[in-house]
Amino acid sequence: MLKRTTLYSAHQQLAAKLIDFGGWEMPVQYTSITDEHLAVRNAAGIFDISHMGEVTVSGAGAEGFLNSVLTNDIGKLAAGQGQYTLMCHPGGGAIDDLYAYQLSEGVYFLIINASRIEADIAWLQAQAAKFSGELKLTDASHQYAAIAVQGPRVKEFINAVIPGASISAKRVAAVTDLKKNEIGGFKYEKGALLVARTGYTGEDGFEIVGSDESILQVWNNVLKLGQSFGLKPAGLGARDTLRTEVCYPLYGHELNENTTPIEAGLGFFVSLDKGDFSGRSVLAQQKANGMKRKLAAFKMTDKSAPPRPHYPIWANGVAVGEVVSGTQSPSLNLGIGMGYVPPEFAKPDTKIEIEIRGNRFAAVVVPKPIFRK
Amino acid sequence: MSNIPSDLKYAKTHEWVRVSGDAATVGITDHAQHELTDIVFVELPAVGRKVKVGEACAVVESVKTASDIYSPVSGEIIEVNPTAVNNPALVNTEPHTGGWFYKIKLGNAAELNALLSPDDYRKQIGG
Repeated sequence: MLKRTTLYSAHQQLAAKLIDFGGWEMPVQYTSITDEHLAVRNAAGIFDISHMGEVTVSGAGAEGFLNSVLTNDIGKLAAGQGQYTLMCHPGGGAIDDLYAYQLSEGVYFLIINASRIEADIAWLQAQAAKFSGELKLTDASHQYAAIAVQGPRVKEFINAVIPGASISAKRVAAVTDLKKNEIGGFKYEKGALLVARTGYTGEDGFEIVGSDESILQVWNNVLKLGQSFGLKPAGLGARDTLRTEVCYPLYGHELNENTTPIEAGLGFFVSLDKGDFSGRSVLAQQKANGMKRKLAAFKMTDKSAPPRPHYPIWANGVAVGEVVSGTQSPSLNLGIGMGYVPPEFAKPDTKIEIEIRGNRFAAVVVPKPIFRK
Repeated sequence: MSNIPSDLKYAKTHEWVRVSGDAATVGITDHAQHELTDIVFVELPAVGRKVKVGEACAVVESVKTASDIYSPVSGEIIEVNPTAVNNPALVNTEPHTGGWFYKIKLGNAAELNALLSPDDYRKQIGG
C-alpha cells in the first residue's frame, strides 16, 4: 500500500498521472512534463513536496551537535537563515543532502529527502546518543506537509496568498521580503506556516511547510491566485528536468553512501575549518590530494536519444564512467546530463561520448549549471 | 477518451497496422502517445531489415522514459518516416497519420488475424 500525502485528492482532481516514488503515490505529471517545466521557467509552478522529511533539533548543544554531523558550518546562520549542507558517514560518503535552518537561538529545523528519512533519523539518533550536551532531536516528518511554489512570477502573487508580516524566525513585512535562504513563520488561517525562499528548480520561489490542513489551504489558494499569472501544478517529472538543467544533485544519483560531496563538486558546502565533523578527514584528504572520480555535466552534440542514468561514458575510445542523471532538456531541446568520470575528463570542453543502446554519440563536458538565463 | 480509427488493426502492445495490399503501415496508437506524452526522440529500423512479429524494432523516447516498439507483423521494412524522426512531437499530435513509423512488406498475412479489431482494442484500454 503506497503512502499518500494530504494533497492526494487534489492530484486526483487534477487528473495527475500518479506513480510510486519511493513508496509514495505521487504525481509524475498533470498535463505534460515539458509544459510544466516551461511553466516554472517562464511563469510559475506548484509542487507537492509533502513526502519530504523534517527534523527538529534544539537545546544548548544543538549547534555543536549539528556541526559535528553536517559538513557546512551551521555557526554561520543567524535566526531565520538556512543553508544547504550534507551529512556524511566517517568514510566521507554522503548519507543525505539537506537544508538546515536556524529558526531561533538553539532551535534548528532540517528538511531531508523523502527516500532518506529512515536512514537519516537512525544516523542522527545514533550520533545524538553519543553526544554529551543538552539536545532534543525529533523526527517531525509525520507532522508536516509541504509545497514548493517556483518561478519568476511567484513574487507577483505570493503575498496575496500568504499576507502579512512574519511572526517568527526571520522578521519581514511580507513574504517577498525574505531573501534567498531566509525562513519566516507566518500566521495562516488553518495553522502557522514556515516559508523559506529556497527551491530545487533554479528559479526564484518558496518552500512552504505546515500542517496538513494549512498546506491544503495554501495549495488551493496558490492555484486560485496564481492561475492568471500562468501558474501550473507541476509533478516529479518536471522537478527532475528542472533540477538536472541547473545541476542540482538528487540523492541516489549524484550522491550516495559511496560518493563524497567533494567528488560531487559540492566542496563549497564543506567547511573544513569549522572543527571536526563526521567524514572530515576523508574530505580534507580529497580536497588536498584530488579524487579518483569527479562529477561532470555534459550536453549532447550529436543528434541522439536522451542520455539516461547508467549509460556508459566514453573518452578517447575507452569506457571511463557512467551517467547518473540524464534527460532531454525542455529548455534547451537537447540531451543533457551528469556523470562520474576520472578528473582529467571532467574539465569543460572535454569531448566525450555517451553509449546509447550499443552506439556512441558525441557529447561535450560543460560548466555547471547546464542551463542559465 | 482515445481516438481508435476503424480502418486499423491493433496489437496488444499499442501499435496499429494499416493494411494496403501486401504491405502495411505501422505506428503507435493515440492511447500510447497519450501515456508517453512529450515524445522527444524516435528511432526507426533500417530499410531492408527483416523483422519477426513481436520483435522490438523501434524506440520511442519521452522526456521521462524509453519505450520499445514491437512489430505487430513479420516482414521486410520497405520505408521509414523521416518526419517522425525529425519532428517527434508529431507522433503525439498525429499518431495515426503524419506520425506513422514504417511501412513493411508483409511476410505472413495470416498474422493480421491475430491482431485486435478497433472494438477489442477499445475494450483492452478500457476506453
